[in-house]
Amino acid sequence: MKRLWKRGILAAILALFGGAFAFSPGNVECIAPANPGGGWDFTCRTGGKLLYDLGIVPRPVKVTNMPGGGGGVAFAHVVTQRKGDANLLVAASPATTLRLAQGKYGNFTADDVRWLAAIGADFGVIAVRADAPWKTLDDLIADLRKDPTKIAIGGGSAVGGQDHMKVLLLAKAAGIDPGALKYVPFDGGGEALTSMLGGFVQVFPGDASETIGQMQAGKIRILAVLSEKRLGGDFADIPTARELGYDAIWAVWRGFYMPPGVPDDAYAFWVEAMKKLEASPEWAKIRDESGLGPFFKGGADFEAFVKKQVADFKELSRALGLIK
Amino acid sequence: MDVLAQLAHGFEVALAPLNLFLAFAGAFLGTLIGALPGIGPVNGVAILIPIAYALKLPPESALILLAGVYYGAEYGGRISSILLNVPGDAGAVITTLDGYPMAQKGKAGEALALSALSSFIGGTLAVIGLTLFAPYLAEWAIRFGPAEYFALMVFAFTTLASLAGKNPVKALIASVFGLMLATVGIDPGSGVPRFTFGELKLYDGVDFLVVAIGLFAISEVLTLMEHSFLGTATRVKVETALVSLKTFMGSLWTILRSSLIGFFIGVLPGAGASIASAVAYTTEKRLVDREGSFGSGDPRGVAAPEAANNAASGGAMVPMLTLGVPGSGTTAVLLGALMMFNVTPGPLIFEQRPEIVWGLIASMYIGNVMLLVLNLPLVGWFARILTVPRWFLVPAIAALSFIGVYAVNNSAFDLLFMTGIGVVGYLMRKAGFPLAPVILGLVLGRLMEINLRRALAISGGDYTILYASPLSKALWALAILSLFFPWIAGRLGRRR
Repeated sequence: MKRLWKRGILAAILALFGGAFAFSPGNVECIAPANPGGGWDFTCRTGGKLLYDLGIVPRPVKVTNMPGGGGGVAFAHVVTQRKGDANLLVAASPATTLRLAQGKYGNFTADDVRWLAAIGADFGVIAVRADAPWKTLDDLIADLRKDPTKIAIGGGSAVGGQDHMKVLLLAKAAGIDPGALKYVPFDGGGEALTSMLGGFVQVFPGDASETIGQMQAGKIRILAVLSEKRLGGDFADIPTARELGYDAIWAVWRGFYMPPGVPDDAYAFWVEAMKKLEASPEWAKIRDESGLGPFFKGGADFEAFVKKQVADFKELSRALGLIK
Repeated sequence: MDVLAQLAHGFEVALAPLNLFLAFAGAFLGTLIGALPGIGPVNGVAILIPIAYALKLPPESALILLAGVYYGAEYGGRISSILLNVPGDAGAVITTLDGYPMAQKGKAGEALALSALSSFIGGTLAVIGLTLFAPYLAEWAIRFGPAEYFALMVFAFTTLASLAGKNPVKALIASVFGLMLATVGIDPGSGVPRFTFGELKLYDGVDFLVVAIGLFAISEVLTLMEHSFLGTATRVKVETALVSLKTFMGSLWTILRSSLIGFFIGVLPGAGASIASAVAYTTEKRLVDREGSFGSGDPRGVAAPEAANNAASGGAMVPMLTLGVPGSGTTAVLLGALMMFNVTPGPLIFEQRPEIVWGLIASMYIGNVMLLVLNLPLVGWFARILTVPRWFLVPAIAALSFIGVYAVNNSAFDLLFMTGIGVVGYLMRKAGFPLAPVILGLVLGRLMEINLRRALAISGGDYTILYASPLSKALWALAILSLFFPWIAGRLGRRR
């Protein structure tokens, strides 16, 4: 009770001088809208750790896993129950925008939350086994054009999900009927990759970070990366699909959104915080080592980027017959 | 000999005082986490990752701590299964089948001690398998494609028949109920939601753990309440005696066979501890249960699933370390932790970071011994839980179940769902339906469907893919053998 009193008094003082004091973070929480172990979990845990290490937040960030509905449960929770909570960050990625675009979050839309920032990105890749007959992306596209039903493509997401979208985009760019592709959904990129190593599927449209281990071991060949520019490190020699004449880009950005109704001063604080985090050498190190590339968009920039992405995905999903 | 030299190096790492302490701390925490219903190894490991960071542990030390939690939880899960009929985690569901009846007969101490020994043997054999054969096993796991997984699930399903007991029709209805629950959620083959009624929380399907806790724990609470209310409650006598050498020797072959089964199933990325323990249990029931005592407190019915689930958690390390592919939910989290420590698991990890791999493997040997030493003396203490008066025990089980389930997904919806399932479970018990087939139907149904559809998607609808490879042919043969085994055994028995 005593502590509650103290907090109450403190809050009252803060409220009195609210105009003079800018927002300062308290007990910050980050919701990863999935079980531990995936990309959103990574975003929250590394992002949270760095915010604390860099002294941006006073206490370690609490990570809450809230799986369900491919992020929809967390989205609904944030919109309906956490309105105005300026100490809440939620991990997001194109999986979020894709599902918003396809109406998979019920009646919620991208306008319901405040998009904060993206601090890095993984990039899509097209991988085949090291002993596969296709040496280049052109070889693969040529065979797909001849008979798309001969080549099984195994990805880590459901039909209409991210890994599926990558090959659909590529097919569209190459003028192949996307509907004719043979896509086999697996539970996560790891299972899909194992299936390709076992020879059950021939192509794995995964992410760079998922494939780096097997690529270093020489078990798989990466035909192209789906980024605007070539990636660094081990991926430096691998051409982009765009270089090869197929305009397919898949940036798996890692970022955050915040609840609706977060005051502008708090939002501005967090945008600055993300800028600082993104520019830190600590983040650069983690980013490179986990196979991510640099990618930053924050504040109004990011809001605009997300809204445009949702609109693009909606149009694409409609064109591909994934939604009506 | 190369392996032994590297293992010796691994022991050097694992025996450093800090790592020794962390293995102990992980094993101890894991036992507690496993014993609490709801919170399982996945959550335990996830909770500890930030702590490992905050302590600035080197990667091998962090991994030793986290892995300790993982296999510690497989030990701990059995405690509440045996004493309270409440599975502590997913792999311990089957342990309730004979563990709880044993405790009711006053043999709680024996059940706990035997299961600790089984866990130890299963866990240790798995680590030996991991030490000697990891790279070969990885090659073997890769040979499992969708068609092979489908055949494996069919095989697992045929063993279900042996759980049927006196009333096969009721067991069948129970497993169909489980299969129906398995169809809820987004269909990965088409992206269309099924039986979700527009409820976002059902899009990912029905959570296995929520069903297990509801079905077992909540229905147990309701049953206990009923007995208290009607005054038909019986006092359970508690003997804290440890297991006799005779009982242990009687279960030894069961433990060894179950460890092997558990290990191989654990190695497969698409199957885990719950399937391993179910297959081990039903196989043993087929092979050794001549008196029909499985299900009414047979020590071997406790030994089989416990050996198997610990062996499976060791087996799951194989694809994680060698392929960079998780073999279970918990190894998925461990994998994430490794990557955050800038270690890329995969074919090269044995060469690039031997201190991590071999330190971990050595620590698993040590951790298993620690768990045994930790668990045996505590058997008496655990068993005394049964002497706790009903008026305290029943609300405590209910509270623990609710907290545990809420802690997993932070979802009030799960609590309602769990309660609903609990009422269903209570009614099923009253009507004499077995509960375990529901759980197995739920676990197997999803994997069976998804792999069948993957296989057919790959072949373009051609059913011959399902039995094309030698491996799938062998699994089909096993399934047929398992289906007709009671009949064959009966014929052979009569002839003798």
